[in-house]
Amino acid sequence: MATAYAQAAYRPLLKVAVVGHVDHGKSTLVGRLLNDTESLPDGKVDAVAEMCRQRGMPFEWAFVTDALRAERDQGITIDASHIRFSDRNRDYVLIDAPGHREFLKNMISGASGCDAALVVIDAEEGVREQSRRHGYLLHLLGVRQIAVAVTKADRIEFDAARFGQIEAEFRRLLEELGLSPTAVVPVSGRDGDNIASRSMNTPWYRGGTVLDALAAFQPAAPAVDRPLRIPVQDVYKFDTRRIIAGRVESGRISVGDDIVFSPSNRVARVKSIEGWSVESPILYAEAGYPVGITLEDQVFVERGEVISHLVDAPIETNVLRARIFWLGDEPLSVGDRYRMRLGTADVQVDVEQVERVVDTSVLRAADAKSVPKDSVADVVLRSRAMLALDPSENNPQTGRIVLARGDDLVGGGLVDMDGYPDQRQLITRRSTNVTAVDHAVTEEMRMARNGHRGGVLWFTGLSGAGKSTIAIELEKLLFQKGYQVYVLDGDNVRHGLNANLGFSPEDRAENIRRVGEVAALMSQAGFIVLSAFISPYRSDRERARLAAGNERFHEVYVSASLDVCEQRDPKGLYSRARSGEIADFTGISAPYEPPEACEIEIDTAALDLTRSLDKILSYIERHFPYAPRD
Amino acid sequence: MTPLDTLESQSIYIFREAYARVDRLGLLWSLGKDSNVMVWLARKAFFGHVPFPVLHVDTGKKFDEMYAFRDRYAAEWGLELIVRDCPPVEEMDPSLPPAARSAARKTAGLNALIGERGFKGVIAGIRRDEEGTRAKERVFSPRGDGNVWDFRNQPPEFWDQYRTDVPEGCHLRIHPLLHWSELDVWRYIKRENIPLVDLYFAKDGKRYRSLGDRDITFPVDSDAATIDEVIAELQTTRVAERSGRAMDHEAEDAFERLRVAGYM
Repeated sequence: MATAYAQAAYRPLLKVAVVGHVDHGKSTLVGRLLNDTESLPDGKVDAVAEMCRQRGMPFEWAFVTDALRAERDQGITIDASHIRFSDRNRDYVLIDAPGHREFLKNMISGASGCDAALVVIDAEEGVREQSRRHGYLLHLLGVRQIAVAVTKADRIEFDAARFGQIEAEFRRLLEELGLSPTAVVPVSGRDGDNIASRSMNTPWYRGGTVLDALAAFQPAAPAVDRPLRIPVQDVYKFDTRRIIAGRVESGRISVGDDIVFSPSNRVARVKSIEGWSVESPILYAEAGYPVGITLEDQVFVERGEVISHLVDAPIETNVLRARIFWLGDEPLSVGDRYRMRLGTADVQVDVEQVERVVDTSVLRAADAKSVPKDSVADVVLRSRAMLALDPSENNPQTGRIVLARGDDLVGGGLVDMDGYPDQRQLITRRSTNVTAVDHAVTEEMRMARNGHRGGVLWFTGLSGAGKSTIAIELEKLLFQKGYQVYVLDGDNVRHGLNANLGFSPEDRAENIRRVGEVAALMSQAGFIVLSAFISPYRSDRERARLAAGNERFHEVYVSASLDVCEQRDPKGLYSRARSGEIADFTGISAPYEPPEACEIEIDTAALDLTRSLDKILSYIERHFPYAPRD
Repeated sequence: MTPLDTLESQSIYIFREAYARVDRLGLLWSLGKDSNVMVWLARKAFFGHVPFPVLHVDTGKKFDEMYAFRDRYAAEWGLELIVRDCPPVEEMDPSLPPAARSAARKTAGLNALIGERGFKGVIAGIRRDEEGTRAKERVFSPRGDGNVWDFRNQPPEFWDQYRTDVPEGCHLRIHPLLHWSELDVWRYIKRENIPLVDLYFAKDGKRYRSLGDRDITFPVDSDAATIDEVIAELQTTRVAERSGRAMDHEAEDAFERLRVAGYM
């Protein structure tokens, strides 16, 4: 892929978070650093001087990045600023993160994804609550390179002994996390000591400046050497291509590779790697690059699956342990239910166990049943759906989770699978056994006896469009003609096969998935199956099509408009949905995705029942001719 | 991976997340360099297609070159273009300084368009290095009731996981270029050969560094007449990009007030 994007190399970009306790001088350090490296535009210092004059206060370097009026008025950083800045050799993004406990979520938003961090500690105050907490969180966020700036050194008269105490204390804390600082620098923002140039006030200090510390950080390299992982972001059908889109999180994918989608365990071969505005065909793509692939095989793929090679595939499991940081206002407790995001997958999980809670302000672990705001804990989560993941130590990109309540992100953490088995083998073995069975009765033999081919007529449309009415009448007519025919509808499925499913989006999808599989089996048995479900989502219907096989599957769009259906309202459901009594009602408060290319459309607003039946019957006679043997 | 590859990859990821998770998207096309790069990135993300409408909120005071550019490339790139005009300046908040008040028309036009079309996501080409309040933005930035930006309480956003759902009557601003710098944009324009209006290039010792309305946007002194010369100029300049945008400089918080009310 690099060949397609030929260009002159230029300066690398490094992301550095500036973190630490509130009021320890992060913004001042950043403002000073920008000024001393001549990175501020003309007039900025004058504008800051004017803001300070209006407030009747001495010059404040922090106003360079505290861009919000409320921040300047309160003298506190509320949200992280991302600031571009350059030294002789490369470009940086400095992320000036807030140090106030109340804005911890903003610190995390700023610091995640950084290559390195600069922890700022006030020389007078020493290591404080947020210094510790930020140190711990950097570790959980995956930031491993940490330098320390001990600020306001002028206030301790550049005292070497006091500096040594702070350095020793913070080194101990980082060591507990398995980290060691790359530098510990005594600085003063007031006069710029040891920020961009060496200070005369610290003759006892032998190390470099803050600028030197930044220059020594190494940029994180994309994980090209790890096994291939591509979480599927989407499947595009904008033109004749069916493109599976995602970002290569690790490893490398090439045209012709055999790949497996997890957790569905479907195998396929890469036909092409698509690109737009590229000079030559793309033959491979490495970690870090966005890709779109097409497949040699027609398999059903959806967002949330993970692409890997057949060897070194991710773990499949429905239970996991994670070390999480918790930002929710309400504590996280055993039995709670959350949305969990894992790459592009978004599933429901239940908190099965809280193993231990770490108080990050004192770094002490304790047994507890619930996890209070702003703390770190080891928890066990269980999902109904199978998941594809990696332990974070093997692959940070696919080994981290984010918890959400509704759509609000309330926590995140790293997956640790110690003691939990990979469940992939169970699934694979089971499906191998099934496919191993060879039917001695062939499709042709069944067809010869029945006098017709088996197949699925999948009726879809809004509630009240007439799906069931048509299906029931059609079943009668076809049966009289001699066809083997059966209607699958909500009544005969919900009471038995799907009795354990409710009406949540997941359960609805599962309901349709099972109906699709049953319809496929019955069609293989020689039946014409008439399924009558709203089945509002294209993806669900596409899955049913794949289950039955394209040649057996006929999508029948019963296309009465919402207005027409709502006027009919045979069961009074629309009025109950309008009044809010029924939630997530298709057409009113939940979407209906009409078919893009159905085999046959029946508009029951234009055609009465008889004409509708005429139309579908003539279609069936064409595609499923009845020719009994004499 | 070059730095431009990294920036591009991140932008494409954001576009695809937006398309997968947010209903009813629209992309703001101001016809300036940044939004041209954005349209280009959308076409890359979706393999030559822009699968949502492209919105031009038209103050009626753009440069003629910009209108010509819009009509040409909307057709050439197969964009679904929606043009929405803006209410007159008399209807804007009179407590705003004059240029900010004039710029507020665009906010009003945009807010009206969002209401009319029911957009849940509006993709905008702002960058963090342009201006201090933009430096604090989120990639998926919710706009609450009345389309207000609540900068005191922005949702957390980490590990490429974004809050993509907003209550009824609210929408998201989606910022695929947030992490780019002005220089990055120019280097990418050069690498990808992306077309631009020629107002960005010097004529008679002046060029526009940032394009807005005719009457509140001013050119800067420059002899940079080619992309390479612009890149060379930006590597050494100490003049802020938006120095020619009058509304940014009228009062300490004039631009912040515009942004809180829904300006990009």
